Amino acid sequence: MMQIPCPWCGPRPESEFSCGGTTAIVRPPLTCSDEEWARYLFLRDNPKGEHAERWRHTYGCGQWFNVLRDTVSHEIRAVYGITEPRPVGKVS
Amino acid sequence: MSGYRLPAPAGAWIDRTRLLRFSFNGRKVQGFEGDTVASALLAGGHVHVARSFKLHRPRGVFSCGVEEPNALMDVGLGGGRTPDTRATDIGASDGLVCQPGHAWPSLSLDVAAINARFADLLPAGFYYKTFMWPHWRLFEPTIRAMAGPGVAADAADPDRYDEISRHTEVLVVGGGWAGAHAALAAAHAGAQVMLLEASPHLADAEALRAAGVECHRRCTVSGLYDHGLATAVQDVGGTVRERLWKVRAQRIVLAIGAFERPMLFPDNDRPGVMLASAVEQYALRYGVACGRRIVVATACDSGYRSARVLKAAGMEVAAIVDVRERSGVEAPAGVAVHRGSAIVAVAGRRAVRSVTIAPQAGGALHTIAADCIASAGGWTPAVNLYSMAGGKLRWLPESSMFVPALALPGIEMVGRCAGEFDATDAPGSVPADNRPSRAALASLGRQPGKVFVDLQNDVSASDVELAARENYRSVEHLKRYTTMGMATDQGKTSNVNALVLMGAHTGRTPAEVGTTKFRPPFKPVTLNAIAGGRSGERYKPLKRMPGHGWHEARGAAMEEFGGWLRPAAYPQAGEDLIAAAEREALQVRQGVGLFEGSPLGKIEVIGPDAADFLDLMYVGTMSTLAVGGARYGILINENGVIFDDGIVSRLGPEHFFVNTTSGGAERVALSFEEWLQCEHVNHRVLIAPVTSNWGNVTVSGPMAWQLLQAAGFDAELAPHAMKHMSLRETPYGGVQMRVLRASFGGELGCEINLPALHTQALLDRLWEIGRDCGVVPYGIEALMIMRTEKGFLHVGGDTDGTTLPGDVGMDRGIARKAANFVGRRSLLRPAAQDPGRMQLVGLLPRDRLTKLPVGAHVAASMPPSPIEGFVTSSHHSPVLGYPVALCMLARGQSRIGDTLRVWHLGQPIEAEVVKTPFYDPPGERLNGNA
Repeated sequence: MMQIPCPWCGPRPESEFSCGGTTAIVRPPLTCSDEEWARYLFLRDNPKGEHAERWRHTYGCGQWFNVLRDTVSHEIRAVYGITEPRPVGKVS
Repeated sequence: MSGYRLPAPAGAWIDRTRLLRFSFNGRKVQGFEGDTVASALLAGGHVHVARSFKLHRPRGVFSCGVEEPNALMDVGLGGGRTPDTRATDIGASDGLVCQPGHAWPSLSLDVAAINARFADLLPAGFYYKTFMWPHWRLFEPTIRAMAGPGVAADAADPDRYDEISRHTEVLVVGGGWAGAHAALAAAHAGAQVMLLEASPHLADAEALRAAGVECHRRCTVSGLYDHGLATAVQDVGGTVRERLWKVRAQRIVLAIGAFERPMLFPDNDRPGVMLASAVEQYALRYGVACGRRIVVATACDSGYRSARVLKAAGMEVAAIVDVRERSGVEAPAGVAVHRGSAIVAVAGRRAVRSVTIAPQAGGALHTIAADCIASAGGWTPAVNLYSMAGGKLRWLPESSMFVPALALPGIEMVGRCAGEFDATDAPGSVPADNRPSRAALASLGRQPGKVFVDLQNDVSASDVELAARENYRSVEHLKRYTTMGMATDQGKTSNVNALVLMGAHTGRTPAEVGTTKFRPPFKPVTLNAIAGGRSGERYKPLKRMPGHGWHEARGAAMEEFGGWLRPAAYPQAGEDLIAAAEREALQVRQGVGLFEGSPLGKIEVIGPDAADFLDLMYVGTMSTLAVGGARYGILINENGVIFDDGIVSRLGPEHFFVNTTSGGAERVALSFEEWLQCEHVNHRVLIAPVTSNWGNVTVSGPMAWQLLQAAGFDAELAPHAMKHMSLRETPYGGVQMRVLRASFGGELGCEINLPALHTQALLDRLWEIGRDCGVVPYGIEALMIMRTEKGFLHVGGDTDGTTLPGDVGMDRGIARKAANFVGRRSLLRPAAQDPGRMQLVGLLPRDRLTKLPVGAHVAASMPPSPIEGFVTSSHHSPVLGYPVALCMLARGQSRIGDTLRVWHLGQPIEAEVVKTPFYDPPGERLNGNA
């Protein structure tokens, strides 16, 4: 079980959080094609390594934030605000 | 009877002044405080204590710890029974009841032991090869019964369990010399240190305490997980049986020692064949001699150390049989050493009587009388936890063992689990393969007995050879084909020998064969320890409504609805649930009823952009709602599928009161939050889930206003003064209430929302005052009858994970709606607009008598056949006098008036497709009869 550093509450056990999957997915407009809409709804990358995803501290402050996590080692490379850009390079 | 108790002072862990008695296999066994079940059995001369899993061969105690493959017992009685527990790992206690695990009908007469006679017919893969035709499941029950392990508890566990979560800077696992040293060093450097020791004894307890190390004994770390989390299970005793520890540490030091590897020789499973280190530990810790004449069979220097220890304890060591020509240490004085020799035969079926040895190069046999063989085949560092944490292993050919290949972040290995042995127990140079040579076996002049690699799963050397021959060369295949290492001991004493054998048969080193990854738990863990007391009602506590006591006083039959304990109905004498519900539904339509809807989800949505935000959430439009108005709305997910519904009321220009379904209260609030925080981030909106803050008392029926008026509610709530689908904030008895005029049952009614703590008082008052007008309490079942009569949708009942708004007639106005909303694009897909989709319609049985079963399929001919739809809701309507049903039906709206067949258990029921509502189509009853 991971320990996730909530930006508001500090490091807490994973069981207090919910993972919302890949973050910063841009929703296509109403006028998009069916194919594009299906891609948005159903197709996700499944990277081995760094993955930007959003988490909610469900049993804490209830806030959403972004996590840059290594899907192999589960190392959390960065935690950043939901509207902030994905940090580049090695971040603490 | 070969084992016996050594005189004091042997036995550092026992208290000879405190005698105890327990029973094993129906016989009384004596022991001392501090004994394990195994040590007391050995001291009492019990050699044959179990039978093996597959071949049912007699087995004795093999080890002195968690690695035990043989002495598995069912411990305790009834609900407290724990099956397949290691006798070497359970403290003996007064009155304990132990039964041998899989020995039916008894230990001495085991019918299935006939398997042992046919052992050659039961090689690896035997079941796969033999019982595949015509089908494995024909044979499985019998095979499972024969090979079955212990007997599970047959009643609820009466014991208590708890759990504790902790943080520490340094966690040291294991309190032996290496662990204690690491803990002291860390503590002296100023760190907060916690040490968990699996045994009841901690040698350096005083020094550790003085240094401020927090120590816990009888506490076995069972798993290592991400980010420095360790779990451990502690035997507590007293009021709590076991405690689950979850320890998050910045640094973890593993000092969990090593397991001894046994020697491989024919019939090496006979009772009396034991690990040499175990024979030593029984002497030193428990003052138990495991035999009167011991032969040490060894492939390493530590066997000589064992011989020295046993001699010093006053035991007779008949000989050391060393497969090597040369050893690094000398034998103790007076002990014969047979170098370059191996055991080729063991005499005695239920207990060792003698061993026959032969030179590895072949030659004359030599028989030695012995009742105990101490087997020292080298060491296996306990890399289990390191491997669980993701560590990779490295093979040391010199000492024939796998050791950690590299350091893991935050995890250190020290002492024997890292392959570091001190001078007295160094294994020296160890040959990987410790079997007798072919030459030695040939000099036996007859077929040698079976050489067991995995004792618990009865995997022999010939099974490994067979696997190699059949090309199951990968370690993962070897494991699954032979079941090697898959028993409850997870191959602690057998894995390395199996890998060495597989390597020998395939011309590879053990490193090339590789190892399987270890998984938690390190040793078996009881389910209740993991549950930590969250069992029974505490598994998922049911919520009680604020008016719970009032319903109980009315004789409510409580049932679970979406996590809440709610009245299903209020049966009177002679009524079942359905009769009660039908009576209640009828009484509400004729007079007035009281219903508690407190679990209904309630969310306050507040802020300058609240109206805009709700337009983005709902299929319908909420921004056009006037203050004081209320509107029904449907929520869909991004895939277009309906996931909740409810009434939205506007309390002010920037303030909405949102009702959701009872089951959807939490997920709707969470969904709103997610959209607000992650997508519509610039909307100035506050979402406050307030479900449990507000109670809900629903008054419904043609006499509803009469009751409220008599109870003194303000005249502005009167039906003529307040429209259907509107909300008033009104004081009553000094308490501000939110009264919503709406109805799920189609009658005149009000949902009175009020601070939760006042709920029961209001129910009491309306009940008291309502006596004159014959008020009745009604439950969920009556409500369901009434809403079905009205054709109202029940999300999750009439809808499923494919239902779109158009399927249930809720797509009106979408085309005109300006705002985008969640899921809108999905409703434009061709599949969403397919005219063949199922649509919600009403169904009436043609005979007006047969209730259509919920779930029954609509089909032209008897299923299996193409399905056109299915019944989603069905009740007998007490007010109409016949059954009514709702149905999802392909092209349903275009088939009104059709007759079709509904199939139930192979029988057709003729039914007519009709428009809903069934009852009061014009909706006049909403205004009551006042």
